[in-house]
Amino acid sequence: MMQNLYLGVEAIGQAAIDGGISGVYAYPGTPSTEITEFIQASKLATEKGVRSKWSANEKTAYEAALGMSYAGKRSMVCMKHVGLNVAADAFMNSAITGINGGLIVTVADDPSMHSSQNEQDSRFYGKFAMIPVLEPSNQQEAYDMVYSGFELSEKLGVPVMVRITTRLAHSRAGVTRKAEVAANPLKLPQHPSQFVLLPAIARQRYKSLLQKQESFEQAAFTSEYNFLKKGSDQTLGIIACGLAINYLNEHYKNRECPYTVMKLAQYPIPEEMLHEMEQLCEEVLVLEEGYPLVEEAVKAIFSKQIKVSGRLSSVLPRDGELNADLVAKVLGLETHEGALVPELVVNRPPALCQGCGHQDMYKALNEAVDKYSKGRVFSDIGCYTLGALPPYESIYSCVDMGASITMAKGAADAGLIPSLAVIGDSTFTHSGITGLLDAVNDQSNIVVVISDNESVSMTGGQESSALGKIESICAGVGVDPDHIRMLVPMKKYHELMVKTFEEEMAYEGVSVIIFRRECIQAAARRLRTERKIKQNPKL
Amino acid sequence: MKTDIILAGVGGQGILSIASILGEAVLREGLFLKQAETHGMSQRGGAVVSHLRISDAAVAADLIPKGAADIILSVEPMEALRYLPFLSPEGYIVTNTTPFINVPNYPDVEKLMEEIRKQPRFVAIDADQMATEIGNKRASNMVMLGAAAPFIDIEPEKIEAGIESIFKRKGEEVVELNLKAFRAGYQFALKNR
Repeated sequence: MMQNLYLGVEAIGQAAIDGGISGVYAYPGTPSTEITEFIQASKLATEKGVRSKWSANEKTAYEAALGMSYAGKRSMVCMKHVGLNVAADAFMNSAITGINGGLIVTVADDPSMHSSQNEQDSRFYGKFAMIPVLEPSNQQEAYDMVYSGFELSEKLGVPVMVRITTRLAHSRAGVTRKAEVAANPLKLPQHPSQFVLLPAIARQRYKSLLQKQESFEQAAFTSEYNFLKKGSDQTLGIIACGLAINYLNEHYKNRECPYTVMKLAQYPIPEEMLHEMEQLCEEVLVLEEGYPLVEEAVKAIFSKQIKVSGRLSSVLPRDGELNADLVAKVLGLETHEGALVPELVVNRPPALCQGCGHQDMYKALNEAVDKYSKGRVFSDIGCYTLGALPPYESIYSCVDMGASITMAKGAADAGLIPSLAVIGDSTFTHSGITGLLDAVNDQSNIVVVISDNESVSMTGGQESSALGKIESICAGVGVDPDHIRMLVPMKKYHELMVKTFEEEMAYEGVSVIIFRRECIQAAARRLRTERKIKQNPKL
Repeated sequence: MKTDIILAGVGGQGILSIASILGEAVLREGLFLKQAETHGMSQRGGAVVSHLRISDAAVAADLIPKGAADIILSVEPMEALRYLPFLSPEGYIVTNTTPFINVPNYPDVEKLMEEIRKQPRFVAIDADQMATEIGNKRASNMVMLGAAAPFIDIEPEKIEAGIESIFKRKGEEVVELNLKAFRAGYQFALKNR
C-alpha cells in the first residue's frame, strides 16, 4: 500500500477521520492549526459529514467536543499548549465526568517557543487531570495513537490526551493508513447523572477516577508504544520519552544502543516497568521534550543508589528543544560542527507585511500618544504584536489572549490615564468581550483599539469568529454607541485617525475604535481565487 | 545510502515544492524520508529552512545534526551561508546567485559570493535568469533542484517523475516547463561542480 507523505498534524487529522470522529473542534494556534485545516479540506471528512468549523476559543471548542462525546459520538478537540490554559476548566472536569463517545484532546507544545509566549509542558496537565497521555515519537505513531485513541478513551472511560511538539507537528514522513471506522450511533450516557458534577455526584465520580488509575497504568505497561530493551552495558539506562527516542537512535546504527533503553510514549508512567529497569542499570539518564516530568517521578521511585540525570540535574539544558547533538554530548559521543556562519550574514527579523493596515493604525497611535509618557498601550496576541518592535515600539504588553483590555482597565483603575488596549478581531471574540464588559460595568477610562483585518492572520488566515459582528458586540456589551468609532487604516486617513484617538482619549469612559481593513495576505488570496473562478467558472 | 539536505530560502520562494517533489520520488522508490519545516512565526519574508533526510533505512531524528548535511540547497545566496554549521566537510553548497533583498542591511552580493567561493565544494547558478530564458522565472526552484540532483542518491529520471506528478494538475505546459528547468540546472551542475 502506497504511503502518504503527511506532516505530523496531517497524520493526526487523517487518523481522526479514519478513526470515526463525528466532529473536530478547535481554535487556530501554531503548531496545531493544520490538524483542523486538514479535516476541513478533506473530501472524505466532508462525505462523512464530519463537522469542523472553527470555534471562538479553546474553551468553547473543548465543551462542544465534550457535548458530542456526551451524545455518544467520537470527537477530537485540538489546540496549542497555551490554549489548554483557556480550556483548563472544561478539561479538568471532563476527567471527572468521563466520556461517552471517545474523546481525544490533541495538544501541540512549542518547546523553544518558535511561535509562543511560553514552553509549558502539557504532560503536566495530563497528570494533573489524571488521564492517559499519548506522546508519539513519529508521524506513523501519531496516526496510530489517534486512530486507536478513541477506542482507548471509550475503554478507559476518560478523555485521552495526545501530546505533540512543534518538531513532529511540522515534519513529514510516510504514513500508512488503516481501515476507516464507522461513526458511533447517537446514544446517551448510561447513567443520566454522569455529567452532573454536583458535589455529591462529583465526589463519587472523582473516587471512580481515582479507582481507574490502576487500569490507566496497566494500559501503559502493556502498551505497544512503551518498551524496555535490555542492553549489554549495565553502567547506564536511558528513558527516552516520545520524540526523544529519535535523538538517541540517531547515534546507533540499526538502533543498537549498548545501554538498557526504556521508551515511554504512553502515560501514566508504568511503575512496574521502572522497577524492571532498576535491576538492569546503575545510573539512569532521562531524555524528555519539555519539563522534567519523568525525571522527577523516576527520582522519587528509584532507590537512592541510582543516580538519575536529565534536564533537572542540568546534564541537559533546562529549556528549549532537545536535539541529536545535545544527546550525543551527554552520552560522550563525538559531535561535528560545520563551518561558522560568516559575519556578514544578517537576520531577517519578523515584520508586518508591506501595506498591512496595522502599520497605519500604529503610525496614528504613536502620533496621538506622543505627548504623554511612554508605557500606556497594552496589547495582545496576533500579527499586531510586532508593534512592540522597531520601527513602531508602540506596545508594552503581550501576555495572553484578551489581556490587553483587562490590563488597560487595571492600569486605568490605578490611575494611568490615558490607558489604551490594542487587540485584533479574532482575539477580541476569543477572550476580549468579557473584559470589555468588566470595563463598561466599572466605567473604566480606557480606549480599546480593535485592529480588525477580518481574518485570523497570524496562523495563516482562518475565518474569524468576529467577522461582521464587532460593532454590535461592543454596543451589546454596553459601550456607548457614540464612542464606538469606525476607521479605515490607510495613509490618506492619517489625520482623521490621530484626531479620533485624541477625542476618545479625552472621553472619560470606555471607547472602542475599530480599524477595519482586510488583511493584505487574505486579500491577495481572495483575488487569486476570484481570478481563477473568472477564468474557469466551472471551479 | 543516505542524503541529508538543508533546503534554505525565504518564505514564499518555493522551497516546499522542492521538498514535496523529492518526497514523492522517495516514496515511489520505497525509500524512507523525513522532512521538517521550520517557519517560526507565520510571517512572510522571514528565513525559512527545511531539513530533508532521505535514507534506505528508517530515519531517526527529524532534524539533521550539525556538520552532517550532504547538501545545502539554497534558493538565495545569503541563506546558503546561514546554515554552514550543518554542512558536512564533504558536503556541497548548491545556491542560486540571485539575492532576495528585503532587509535594509542586506550585505554586498559580491562579498556573499566570495564567501561561497571559499567553500571547498559548491555550485553557484543564476537560476532566476536561467528560468527566465527557459520561459518563466517561477521555475527557478526547479533549476535549483536540477542543480542539486547530481549529489542526491536518486536517479534524475525518478525525480522527473516526481515533478510530473506534482505539476500534472496544472497542465502539460507547466510540467514541460518545469522539466526543462530541472534538466538545465542538472546539466549546469555537471559542468560546473
